[in-house]
Amino acid sequence: MYSFDVVRPATVADAIEALAQDEALPLGGGQTLIPTLKQRLSSPSVLVSLSGLAEIQGVCKTDDGKLAIGGGTKHVVVAREAAADYPALAALAGNIGDPAVRNRGTIGGSLANNDPSACYPSAVLASGATVVTNKRQIAADDYFQGMFTTALDEGEIITEVRFPIPEKAAYMKFEQPASRFALTGVFVAKYADGVRVAVTGASEGGVFRWTEAEAALSSKFSPDALAGLTVPADGMISDLHGTGAYRAHLVGVMTKRAVAAAH
Amino acid sequence: MPKDHGIGASPKRREDVRFLTGAGQYTDDINVYGQTYCYFLRSDVAHGKINRIDTSDAEKMPGVVRIFTGKDFEGVGGLPCGWQVTDRFGQPMKEPGHPVLAQGKVRHVGDPIAAVVADSLEEARNAAEAIVLDIEELPAAVDMKAALGDGAPLVHDDIGSNLCYDWGFVEDNKGAVDEAIKNAAHVTTLELVNQRLVANPMEPRVAVGDYSRANDESTLYTTSQNPHVIRLLMGAFVLGIPEHKLRVVAPDVGGGFGTKIFHYAEEAFVTFAARKINRPVKWTASRSEAFMSDAHGRDHVTKIELALDKDNNFVAIRTETLANMGAYLSTFAPSVPTWLHGTLMAGNYKTPNIYVNVKAVFTNTVPVDAYRGAGRPEATFQLERVIDKAARELGVDPIALRRQNFVTEFPYQTPVAVVYDTGDYNATMNKLEEMADIKGFAARRKASEAKGKLRGFGVNCYIEACGIAPSNLVGQLGARAGLYESATVRVNATGTISVYTGSHSHGQGHETAFPQVVAEMLGIDESMIDIVHGDTSKIPMGMGTYGSRSLAVGGSAMVRATEKIINKAKKIASHLLEASEADIELKDGKFSVAGTDKSVAWGDVTLAAYVPHNYPLEDLEPGLEETAFYDPSNFTYPAGAYACEVELDPETGKVTIERFAAADDFGNIVNPMIVSGQVHGGLAQGIGQALLESCAYDENGQLLSASYMDYAMPRADDVPFYSVDHSCATPCTHNPLGVKGCGEAGAIGSPPAVINAVIDALQSGGHKVEHINMPASPQRVWAAMHG
Repeated sequence: MYSFDVVRPATVADAIEALAQDEALPLGGGQTLIPTLKQRLSSPSVLVSLSGLAEIQGVCKTDDGKLAIGGGTKHVVVAREAAADYPALAALAGNIGDPAVRNRGTIGGSLANNDPSACYPSAVLASGATVVTNKRQIAADDYFQGMFTTALDEGEIITEVRFPIPEKAAYMKFEQPASRFALTGVFVAKYADGVRVAVTGASEGGVFRWTEAEAALSSKFSPDALAGLTVPADGMISDLHGTGAYRAHLVGVMTKRAVAAAH
Repeated sequence: MPKDHGIGASPKRREDVRFLTGAGQYTDDINVYGQTYCYFLRSDVAHGKINRIDTSDAEKMPGVVRIFTGKDFEGVGGLPCGWQVTDRFGQPMKEPGHPVLAQGKVRHVGDPIAAVVADSLEEARNAAEAIVLDIEELPAAVDMKAALGDGAPLVHDDIGSNLCYDWGFVEDNKGAVDEAIKNAAHVTTLELVNQRLVANPMEPRVAVGDYSRANDESTLYTTSQNPHVIRLLMGAFVLGIPEHKLRVVAPDVGGGFGTKIFHYAEEAFVTFAARKINRPVKWTASRSEAFMSDAHGRDHVTKIELALDKDNNFVAIRTETLANMGAYLSTFAPSVPTWLHGTLMAGNYKTPNIYVNVKAVFTNTVPVDAYRGAGRPEATFQLERVIDKAARELGVDPIALRRQNFVTEFPYQTPVAVVYDTGDYNATMNKLEEMADIKGFAARRKASEAKGKLRGFGVNCYIEACGIAPSNLVGQLGARAGLYESATVRVNATGTISVYTGSHSHGQGHETAFPQVVAEMLGIDESMIDIVHGDTSKIPMGMGTYGSRSLAVGGSAMVRATEKIINKAKKIASHLLEASEADIELKDGKFSVAGTDKSVAWGDVTLAAYVPHNYPLEDLEPGLEETAFYDPSNFTYPAGAYACEVELDPETGKVTIERFAAADDFGNIVNPMIVSGQVHGGLAQGIGQALLESCAYDENGQLLSASYMDYAMPRADDVPFYSVDHSCATPCTHNPLGVKGCGEAGAIGSPPAVINAVIDALQSGGHKVEHINMPASPQRVWAAMHG
């Protein structure tokens, strides 16, 4: 990697100030950024580590009954501390990467990167969660703007994610054999006012909502309700591990399985 | 009662203490005072003409010691090929040059263009980025069939085509084979791909070159399976350094799997550069570099025909294979699709007529060479797949069809040159049927179907030629090396022993297993014996470890040297005991006079050898150290039967392995635990090939699977708990230990079992799928199900 400086601020305010420097980049768990640096594909002047920000760590319930997760919270912590209130989310976190990844990677880092095959974006979108930053609150539907693209501005960091807790939910991931990222992952969440279905790994446009399935499942929350529904293969990712047609097929299979597994 | 020491016992691997506690001494752990670091600038195009390399800016960068390009190697030898294959028409193969750094053209992604030597690796990388390249990209030859077509881009312009050789074996059998196939009652034909793989040892390659001006000596520390082979090839053919001025050290090596046999450009470069700049030069491959510079494995495209008579006896086999050589001939590449592949095409069966045709092809890809099994997995896969297909076409039981055609009388002369010395294929199949619980399969299939899954059962046999190899035979076949092995047994005055072996351990457990053999012969404790390997300045000239040869050949050399030790020690003992040498017996570390209670301990004899006060000096030299070289009279032929049971998710195409049984005949076994471990590792690699691994290039020769994000290695949860057995032993008839070798069996025998099981599962679900190419990845299986 090229040379750079590292700062490790203790408060969000200091972090934001540090990020205002030229060619500064925020460093969450580093699960994407560090390999990128090692390949010399990025050359920041300064890395602003967010791992010392105590105020953006941890999991708690808000007064209005939502599950709030600090942006700097590691996957392993979510897997443990969200298990009672939002088991489907905890299970998702507990199955990201391997133990080394889960002990470094953070929810905020994953969402800010918005890898099209990452797990978390599907949970955030299917839950209609709110992404809270140092300066605003962004609805999930507005946050994800395509592969590796989000509503975040330069120098803006995710401080918290607020999840409405569903009646039932489940995440089903079909793993890409090599990387074990989601070749296709589907998060289904049932709320009193309807069902939301979000798909990761499949589309060239990044995480997306499968609205036809949402409508069908909102009227009847059962795998049978999905009979005959398909997503088009156009616009699906096609690579060594799966054609667009295969991914489109998996969307149907994984959705059905998520509905069956939801609890 | 299992033995607790000596041959047949399973002591834990003593080397694991240092490996598992981080005390191993790998090449990258070696740092020499004044060391510089080397970074290779590699081609990012598959094929291109080098118009200009401008290093002037880069040379001014901080820390740069010197930058080398192909120009610096004009007049220096290229990397040699160690095996010359003669084609069907009696002509030698085409053997294009292989420069250390590219000259004139680049021929694959990863081909080294320039090397920057600097005070630190980061400075070397910085300077490499400042090198200005003018490379004119040329169309690439990637697909083998297209590469042989008219007007294909030429990888090597000077040889006029991309054909390395067109080999026929046995050429004189061709007419008889064609005739037998024409007249057969049934012919089953199968076209298949044995895909390209990357070996991916845990430790990437590393090389450190050092030069001593004081005595004009070069030392190369390198991640090699055979340091003497590297010394010979690099010293004599590339750099012109006489052997007595060149030391090659291969210390702890973290896995080889074949890819660390070969002599690589980076080894020659660091040795060359260290002499030029008079400072040590170190190179450590990154994992990305390993993907594009380690020799790859397999990459065959084959059509096989199996002809049967009306009673389902095999009457002929005919194969046509395209074998990828990549852009240059790696050290032993030409031998893999020929002598390590064609000679195994009889498998375990008495097929009277066999003809194998192989066309080796140059392409703009990384060179391909031996990878665990080397040629034998390719032979086994096609044969065992076509037999399964024939059984299905004929409506007969695949096990019964195999049994009917087994070779049952030994020695057996195959129609493809080799002679199987011994074996019992029905015995391993009987054992396998018991281990695999075939009777319970129907119930297990029913249980899978109740969950919406398909279940399949696949079986296959394999045979391999190991204990490589009789030197006079391989010499006739084109090998430019002998394939004996050496050992020196040095007994110290106090009776402890250092064994210097030409074999090399890079995970096999030699440091544990070899002492078991010597201890058994002498009747002393294994802890008194240490194994020394991997340093040409210590060990006798040895050929190293590959082809499951260490125990069969290296172990035999050790036995011969130990026999010489015993002979001399008995002479010393007879003097000490004042008895006739003929009456001296060695048992439990004690020399005694037969029929008396007179004895002398091992340690007293060894002490006498080095403190010869009471010693027959007029008849016998002092000291107790002996060397033996062992050249085998034949290959060894491990064989066995494997069974795999898979569950297949018809909705996703995902295959999981539920059960795997392996019944192997390895002859005699020295350490059953290590043997089981070798089989487990081989099975994991074979299952990796069958279900996961694939090295893929696009049509421009860009490597698509260039990291673990896309190259799927098997992980612990991809493989089942194996059931392995090696009790059906028919000892090898021609080496002193009766051993056959076990290192490659798992990787050779498992891919067809897995694919046979996948096809069985698909057929059970009504899917008329006759074959699926490896890896049987979820998308490929799903696509096959949906036409």
